Amino acid sequence: MSRPTPLREVHESLGATLTDFAGWLMPLRYGSESAEHNAVRTAAGLFDLSHMGEIFVTGPQAGEALDHALVGHLSALEPGRARYTMICAADGGVLDDLIVYRLADEEFMVVANASNYPRVAAELTERSTGFDAEIDDRSDQYALIAVQGPRAQEILATLTDADLVSLKYYAGLPGTVAGAEALIARTGYTGEDGFELFVAAADAVPLWQELTKAGDAYGLRPAGLSARDTLRLEAGMPLYGNELNAGLTPFDAGLGRVVRFDKPGDFVGRAALVPLKDIPPRRRLTGLVARGRRVPRHGYPVVLLTDGTVVGEVTSGAPSQSLGKPIAMAYVDTNVSEGLAVDIRGSHEPVDVVDLPFYRRSK
Amino acid sequence: MSSIPEELSYTKEHEWVAGLDDGLTVTVGITAYAAESLGDVVFVQLPEAGGTIEAGDPVGEVESTKSVSDIYAPVSGEVVEVNQTVVDDPSLVNSDPYGEGWLFRVRIEGAPEELLTAEEYATFTTADS
Repeated sequence: MSRPTPLREVHESLGATLTDFAGWLMPLRYGSESAEHNAVRTAAGLFDLSHMGEIFVTGPQAGEALDHALVGHLSALEPGRARYTMICAADGGVLDDLIVYRLADEEFMVVANASNYPRVAAELTERSTGFDAEIDDRSDQYALIAVQGPRAQEILATLTDADLVSLKYYAGLPGTVAGAEALIARTGYTGEDGFELFVAAADAVPLWQELTKAGDAYGLRPAGLSARDTLRLEAGMPLYGNELNAGLTPFDAGLGRVVRFDKPGDFVGRAALVPLKDIPPRRRLTGLVARGRRVPRHGYPVVLLTDGTVVGEVTSGAPSQSLGKPIAMAYVDTNVSEGLAVDIRGSHEPVDVVDLPFYRRSK
Repeated sequence: MSSIPEELSYTKEHEWVAGLDDGLTVTVGITAYAAESLGDVVFVQLPEAGGTIEAGDPVGEVESTKSVSDIYAPVSGEVVEVNQTVVDDPSLVNSDPYGEGWLFRVRIEGAPEELLTAEEYATFTTADS
């Protein structure tokens, strides 16, 4: 059985189509997913992301423990700031991509994907042996609600005294939102400005309702996982299980910049990753735009138009609202960049290679 | 509960068939239940007018944001007309699945297949969900 989030009844009352995602019962869409996608691009969307994992790392050596466990340099992070990073296996394969928030000198919150956080918590516990740090998986105690879109700041400002204007991208501060204690973070997964609100599970329903009320005048609407997926795809953001997996290193994914060899001490995966850093990978994560209307999807082969030779594989694909055409990310051999097609159920549909991201918001 | 018009016939592949009682030419579409399960339809591929189709064969596809599904021929015969309007604006499948969102018309050859009544289809979709 799929686990419900604290907002399940709210989703049901909104008529959401619920779906199993990584063992959680999540809203796929409330009505038209295209309308939800467009609301986030032009106004704002409200997301339940309570399936994400929140793992706390505390203690005098919390930063050093994370430096050892992850590929990033977390002990150098300023309190109040956040960092995108990864946890790798000893062989360099990506076990999960993470956002780590430094809440205080001796307190970090690691946000992990729903499908991976039990594993991440277990790895962090094991890898922190010998460090003066405590690992505490508090995922069950937290709900996560995101407000994303160009109107997000105006909406949130009606419910909090927190200084949102000074809150930078990839920063977080504790505050009160509609009476609920929250960690207010300026992070997201949509390519828009927006906030993620980490609150106690018991506060999720009243907070959602207050946000809904406050956002009404700004065009806020609830948005499901379907819109979240097309939004992040347009923004060129990787999804674990699609663009990232344990068989790929951060370098394979074109995200070698997150691996910080310059930090002090050893870290899990370092020995395997060092020799890879200057070797160009065979395939590169590539943006594709279809010329026709059929949609390249996860797992479809990328082929040469001339003779059908397989030169890659699609990791994510969807019809793009912003471009009006199907788009996809794919791992494609680095020595080809034109004359490509995607094998869509037996027919080779021409695609053009474009730079990622597909969509960049105007400032 | 999505609507299931009383006067239509249905298949387990979630197509509806209109005009089975009155004559030789029937109209085919996909049900509101199917449209709702798919989400926003972005692409519809239909059989060619003038072609012959066999009941049960895949003859087209309906693509939405999240998925793609085959359209199966509910009857055998000649495709006499396809709905170019729905090809140009696939969202009609969501907004008006039993009206403007119709897909194609078939002149039936031979005896029509056994199709589900509205009541049978309602039971089928309840068991399915």
